[in-house]
Amino acid sequence: MSVLVFVEQSEGKIKKSSREAVSYASAMNDGDVVALVMGTADGDQLATLGNNGAAKVVHSTDSRLDKGVIRAYSAGIAQVMESEGSDTLVMAESSIGNPVAARVSIKTSASLASNVVGLPDTSSGFKVKRSIYTGKAFANTILEASKRILILKKGAVPLKEDGAAASVESIDLAFDDSDFGVTITSQEKATGQVLLPEADIVVSGGRGLKGPENWGMIEELAAELGAATGCSKPVSDMDWRPHHEHVGQTGIKVAPTLYIAVGISGAIQHLAGVNSSKFIVVINKDADAPFFKAADYGIVGDAFDVVPKLIQAIKAAK
Amino acid sequence: MKILVCITHVPDTTSKIAFSNNNLEFDKTGVQFVIGPYDDYALARAVELKEQQGGTITALNVGEVETEPTLRKALAIGADDAIRVNTPALDSFFVATQIASVAKEGNYDLILMGRESIDFNGGMVHGMVGEILGIPSLSPVMKLEIEGGKAKLAREIEGGKEYLEVDLPLIAGCQEPIAEWKIPNMRGIMMARSKPLSVVEPSENNANTKTESYELPPKKGEVKMIDSDNVGELVRLLKEEAKVL
Ligand SMILES: Cc1cc2nc3c(=O)[nH]c(=O)nc-3n(C[C@H](O)[C@H](O)[C@H](O)COP(=O)(O)OP(=O)(O)OC[C@H]3O[C@@H](n4cnc5c(N)ncnc54)[C@H](O)[C@@H]3O)c2cc1C
Repeated sequence: MSVLVFVEQSEGKIKKSSREAVSYASAMNDGDVVALVMGTADGDQLATLGNNGAAKVVHSTDSRLDKGVIRAYSAGIAQVMESEGSDTLVMAESSIGNPVAARVSIKTSASLASNVVGLPDTSSGFKVKRSIYTGKAFANTILEASKRILILKKGAVPLKEDGAAASVESIDLAFDDSDFGVTITSQEKATGQVLLPEADIVVSGGRGLKGPENWGMIEELAAELGAATGCSKPVSDMDWRPHHEHVGQTGIKVAPTLYIAVGISGAIQHLAGVNSSKFIVVINKDADAPFFKAADYGIVGDAFDVVPKLIQAIKAAK
Repeated sequence: MKILVCITHVPDTTSKIAFSNNNLEFDKTGVQFVIGPYDDYALARAVELKEQQGGTITALNVGEVETEPTLRKALAIGADDAIRVNTPALDSFFVATQIASVAKEGNYDLILMGRESIDFNGGMVHGMVGEILGIPSLSPVMKLEIEGGKAKLAREIEGGKEYLEVDLPLIAGCQEPIAEWKIPNMRGIMMARSKPLSVVEPSENNANTKTESYELPPKKGEVKMIDSDNVGELVRLLKEEAKVL
C-alpha cells in the first residue's frame, strides 16, 4: 500500500486533525507515508509531520493555494497521487477536505468512504467502519476500486508523536484557470479560539440559559477547561450564538472526549450531534430531561447556581 | 433560470435505527420517511429564487417507487415537475453518476441539494457531480443570491464563514439559514397530484463500494447523578474515573 495524506493548516499551523490523519496512515501502512501540504508553510513545521509518522512531506509553495481553493487542491492531489504512485489517500474531515475528496475520487476513479471511525480491515479486500445515521449506527463497507480515499472522523486513531523528522521536498503543480474559478471575497473567522470540530472538550449551552447575556459563565467554564463552546439549534436560530457553534443533526457533529451540556433538554436531534463523545456531563434543572439518559454524569440543578460552583471546583482542583 | 433540486428520501430525524436480517438490512418497521432536512432547505431556497426571478424547478430522486410520495411532497412545496431514476441508491458515486446524467440532459443553471443525506451522511454527492460535470460545487452553503448569471454565497467553515462569488452553472450543498423550511399548503398538495413525475431508468450500474453489514453502537452505562451541593465530586470523577481532566 502506498498512502498519501492531505494535510491542512489553520492560522499558519498544521491542524491537529491532519496530524491525526498522518498517524492513521502510519498505523495502517507498512510502506512509507507521504504527506502533501499546499500553500505557504513553515519548513521546520513541515518536518514535524515526521513525528506523526510521515517519511516525506511534499510541499507546493504556490501562494494561490494559501486560501481554501477546492478545485485547485483536488487537481494538485490527483497529480501527486500519480507522481507518488499512491493507491490510498487519507484526510481529516473538514470544510475543505470533504469537497476535495469528492472531486479527487472522480479524477482518480477511487472508491470513497467518509466518516471513517477506525483502521481498515485488509484481511480480505479493504473494509472500513463508518459512522451512519448521524452516529446512531455504523456500516462496514468494502471499497472495491483499486484506489481508495478515506475521510476520517476525529479520534479514529490516537495521535502518534514519536516518529523521526520527515524529509521535505518541494513540488511544482500545474493548474487550469478553472481551478481558481471561485473567488473568495472575504472570510469571517474566530481567531485564537479552540475550534468546535477539533476540540477535546466542549461546553455547550441551550435555551435554559435564557439569553445571550448569560454566556459569560459558559465561556469562563470553557476557558478554564481549554474547551470550545457550542450550543443547541434554537440558541443559534435566535442569534444568541453564531451558527458555527450549533451542534446536532443539522449542525456540527462533535466527537470530544468530554461534552458538557448546560440547560439543553437533549432532543433526539441534538443527541445525534454529540453521541460520539466519550463522556457526557448534563446539567439541567429538570430531573426528567431526556439528556440524562444519554449522560455519564448528571447534576440536577439551576445552571446559574451549578456552573459558577463548577468553575470554582475546577480552579480548586488545579 | 432552470433549477434542479436533488431530494433524498430518508427516515425522519426522530426514527429509532435498527437492522434486520442479521444486520444486513435497515429495518423500516414503523419508520416514517421524509425529504432530508438539508434537501428541504435547498428546495425552500429554490422556491424563493423562482419567486424572485422566475424559472422552473425540477425535483430529482434516485430511488425505487416507494420514494414517490416524497417527490410528490416536493411538488406540493413548489417544484414544477419531478424525475425519479428508478434504482436503489447504491452508493454516493452511483447516485452522483445518475444525477450527472439527468443534469446533462436538462442543462440546469443551478443544482441544489442538501449538504448531506441524514441516512449515510456522506456529504460527497454534490462534489462528485461537480467534478463529473466540470463545474464548481460548494457546500455547506448558508446564503445564496443569484444576480446576472453570477452567484454570491456564504459557506460555513470551521469557526466562521467565507463569502464567495462564482459564475453559473453551480452546484450547492445547502444548510440553514439559507431559507426557512416550507410546509405544503392544501392548494400545493392538490396541484402536486397533476404535476408531471417522470420515471427514467438508470444509466449504468457502477457503484464502487459495497456495505457488508451494519451495527449499532454499544449501550451506554447508567448515568451517575451528583448532588448540586457537591460539585467537587464531579470534578473528582472526571479526573480520577473518566480521566478526561
Ligand atoms: C429536523 C430537525 C432538526 C433539528 N436539528 C437540531 C440540531 O441540529 N441541534 C439541536 O440542538 N436541535 C435540533 N433540532 C431541535 C430540537 O428538536 C430541539 O428543539 C432543541 O434541541 C431544543 O433546544 P434546547 O435543549 O436548547 O431547548 P429546550 O428544549 O427548550 O430545553 C431547555 C432545557 O433547559 C432546561 N433549563 C431551563 N432553565 C434552566 C436553568 N436555569 N438551569 C438548568 N437548566 C435549565 C430545561 O429543563 C430544558 O431541559 C432539530 C429539530 C428538527 C425537527
